Amino acid sequence: MDKTGEGGVVITKLDDLLNWARLTSLFPMGFGLACCAIEMMGAYASGYDLDRFGIIPRASPRQSDVMIVAGTVTFKMADRVRRLYEQMPEPRYVISMGSCSNCGGPYWEHGYHVVKGVDRVIPVDVYVPGCPPRPEALIGGFLKLQEIIRKETIRAPRAVQQIMAKRAQQGQPVADADSLS
Amino acid sequence: MNFEEIRDFIVDTFGAGVILETKTDNLQPYLVLQAERLPEVCLQLHDNALTYFDFLSCITGIDNGPEAGTMEVAYNLYSIPYNHHLMLKVRVPRNTAGEPMPAVPTLSHIWRTADWHEREIFDLLGIYFTDHPDMRRILCAADWEGHPLRKDYKLQDYYHGIKVPYDQHNENSGFRGEPVNLTAKPDNEFGDKREKPE
Repeated sequence: MDKTGEGGVVITKLDDLLNWARLTSLFPMGFGLACCAIEMMGAYASGYDLDRFGIIPRASPRQSDVMIVAGTVTFKMADRVRRLYEQMPEPRYVISMGSCSNCGGPYWEHGYHVVKGVDRVIPVDVYVPGCPPRPEALIGGFLKLQEIIRKETIRAPRAVQQIMAKRAQQGQPVADADSLS
Repeated sequence: MNFEEIRDFIVDTFGAGVILETKTDNLQPYLVLQAERLPEVCLQLHDNALTYFDFLSCITGIDNGPEAGTMEVAYNLYSIPYNHHLMLKVRVPRNTAGEPMPAVPTLSHIWRTADWHEREIFDLLGIYFTDHPDMRRILCAADWEGHPLRKDYKLQDYYHGIKVPYDQHNENSGFRGEPVNLTAKPDNEFGDKREKPE
């Protein structure tokens, strides 16, 4: 509203409003697994200042939108990663940061203890390459994630679509929207 | 005390039979001891004022492979006041699948350092330390199968439903692209979204 008193009208779509709200307040879960977490902390800190993008780490998975898997995922940790992911509310996103969580990294052949990619445990939205990726690369990953969120629509929520796709893949009868709720 | 004097001290105290082998032509000479008499020798080396090995620097487990059929445990002792070093080894037969693990007596009651070192060797190589107070895996998950640093170690296929080997990674996992309908814009972007009666 401007001061002329004539007033103004802002017209937008609910989709765009929701997406804008989501993509400009991405709250990642504050957890790191290895050396990538150091770069992630550097990206949070004043030098790169992820707060510019509305990205503030939260201390609880229940308050988080995005999980940054920053570091080597061992099999011992994989159960915990899966549990933390399941504790996050929808809509939730995963950024896989660094070679280790992308595909096992340097442990791909002889690392008996490393999960060869966190996408074997939880679904990943954005992969950030690097060993470890610099803060700029992580910011690039967040910008990519914002692109994904910007294209979403509440008429076809991703979570429901993923469940439907999974059911169709398993050959189960795909339920219609009424019986899903 | 140099290496020969320490060896003579052990022979004088316990008899020559306790030392199975002496190797001196390498950079770090060592004694191979009888596994079952290791704790009493080490207790004497630790307590006696002549030797006073008050520090256990390291324990190393070695798998010599299925051909050799033996496994070794190497102990590096150090005396802080005397600045003495000593390397001891025990050699045990290697077990194959289904047989009980080779056993070595624990030293954790003499040096507390040995507690976690022995747990690590148990975890990664599968050597059991008898009379150890807490013989569990220390690094791998508690329900992990096998001992990873063995020469004939084979990865398990799945752990808690997660595929373990890397093979055919791009076929079995990894990013395959999202279904178009997940993120695509609605076909009729500015259409009438109200529900209509049939």
